[in-house]
Amino acid sequence: MTSSEITTFRVFIAEYKTTLTTKFKNRKKWFPPNKNHILSIIPGTILEVLVSERQKVKAGETLMILEAMKMANRIVMPFDGTITKLHVKTGDIVPKRHLMIEIKQA
Amino acid sequence: MSLKQFILDLRKRKEIAQTGGGEQAIRKQQEMGKLFARQRITSILDKDTFHEYDMFVEHVARDFDMEKKTLAGDGVIIGTGTINGAPVCIYAQDFTVAGGSLGLMHSRKICKIMDHALQMRVPLIGINDSGGARIQEGVNSLAGYGEIFYRNTISSGVIPQISVILGPCAGGAVYSPALTDFVFVVDNISKMFITGPSVIKTVLGEDYTMEEIGGARVHCEISGNAHFFANSEEECFDQIKALIGYLPKNNQSKSIKIEPKAPKSRTKLEAIVPGDPRQPYDMRDLIAAVADDSEFLEVMEMFAANIIVGFGRMNGETVGFVANQPMVLAGVLDCDSSDKAARFIRFCDCFNIPIITLEDMPGYLPGIDQEHMGVIRHGAKVLYAYCEATVPKITVIIRKAYGGGYIAMNSRHMRADFVFAWPTAEIAVMGPEGAASIVFKKEIESAVDPEAMRQAKIKEYKEKFANPYVAASRGYVDEVIEPADTRNRILHALEVSKDKTVHRPDKKHGNEPF
Repeated sequence: MTSSEITTFRVFIAEYKTTLTTKFKNRKKWFPPNKNHILSIIPGTILEVLVSERQKVKAGETLMILEAMKMANRIVMPFDGTITKLHVKTGDIVPKRHLMIEIKQA
Repeated sequence: MSLKQFILDLRKRKEIAQTGGGEQAIRKQQEMGKLFARQRITSILDKDTFHEYDMFVEHVARDFDMEKKTLAGDGVIIGTGTINGAPVCIYAQDFTVAGGSLGLMHSRKICKIMDHALQMRVPLIGINDSGGARIQEGVNSLAGYGEIFYRNTISSGVIPQISVILGPCAGGAVYSPALTDFVFVVDNISKMFITGPSVIKTVLGEDYTMEEIGGARVHCEISGNAHFFANSEEECFDQIKALIGYLPKNNQSKSIKIEPKAPKSRTKLEAIVPGDPRQPYDMRDLIAAVADDSEFLEVMEMFAANIIVGFGRMNGETVGFVANQPMVLAGVLDCDSSDKAARFIRFCDCFNIPIITLEDMPGYLPGIDQEHMGVIRHGAKVLYAYCEATVPKITVIIRKAYGGGYIAMNSRHMRADFVFAWPTAEIAVMGPEGAASIVFKKEIESAVDPEAMRQAKIKEYKEKFANPYVAASRGYVDEVIEPADTRNRILHALEVSKDKTVHRPDKKHGNEPF
């Protein structure tokens, strides 16, 4: 759907008078990924958290189990480092792209 | 038994079958603003032309006490009839019978009428109103969906296929409509989704209504799954009849020619379009000034409104219009508008409908979100669709035709048959502002007054390059025309393209960027 309000819209250098669509106005802003943030790649339920805050963890170690689509997914440490913050606990339901764990490289 | 008794017995059986799930169930439907499946069919078809088949089909489920149940027609009505005299095959799922759920015999009935439509080369209309797979029939039910998808695919490009969503259409069931050419929805009645509210609630803990997940508006405005939006079933049926009126029966025939009428719109074309290419106007006014009787049936009106697609007539014969809409997002091409245009172009090409492209666009929508969503592969669909199309292709460049957008919008290079340009056309590698800033970067930066120099250089570039004459000097534009001549030029171009023939190398099929 389009709003009838005429506004200024920039395409490269030129500015055009036009209306904007709701979908365009609602588009999500993009942020570069943060390697210290472990996000859920699929919505699901936290079955088990295997680490605690300030714990030192080696690359490849399992941090937690995220059950999604009837599958128990292992969430693993991407590099040697420390758990700085846990944002979820056992039993939590998380949506997609939810911040679950913050980590720091050794 | 006398013959009369046989006849009375038949009538009684028919009467029982025709009441579907019974009066109470029908009334419940009506309270939701929904018509009974049988009424839906008769409302779409010409009066007294509906002929029903397989009325006495019964389900074959033998588990979960199903053997004790009878389901009228197994929850679906199939048959043939006419719309404005043109034959069609039609089916309607009956929600009053076991929630319109799809079991083995239900799917066999649908497949029977689909086979018939393909064999007889007539359009197929499917009315969907079903709770989904009939759980009691298990994998037989899934087999049924698969058989329908196969037929949708094989029939694609041979006969027009229309899906009407008049109730729930969930899970695998949504893929039959998605495989067809046009999907009609009605506000507050149509619901289409893969996962419904309960699954989302379980998995995500989030509460959404069916309407929010997959209501008519969602599919018309956001997802682009539906093509026509109506406020009531009656309005929806009128839209279907209007659409059928524009379409040929099959890919071997042409749409019916009607008595040509001059455009009703008396607005002069040059009065519609502002000379300043940065000022907007409603492209639909221009279509109205060009098309027969100013009639235009817009497809996907609410989705990606920065491009307009739809059917009109020229000299009484159906044409497809593809036009940039400067009124919305300056008429840019983006992921959504590319998908919308490409699919429409391919439909027209399948069914021998000439394509008229009205161009006024500043290029592709810039932004990281567009790049990440794949504007490259989505944009490529437009190129593929235009290049592949062998129907007559006519382009009129109204104002802006910059860069990749110029090439994409049915340029000469992608085998447009005729390219006309208004004197206001700016056919250039990019807009004058951008081009001048790059070409004259040094002069602008070293000037005493850089902004004044920039403006001077923009003006210089505009005069030299932002016009139709550079392209015309290479033959990329066939003719620079006066706006008032637009309709006549298109009519003539269509007339001389009538027997257009194109030979292509043999192949199984191309590998278009889906």
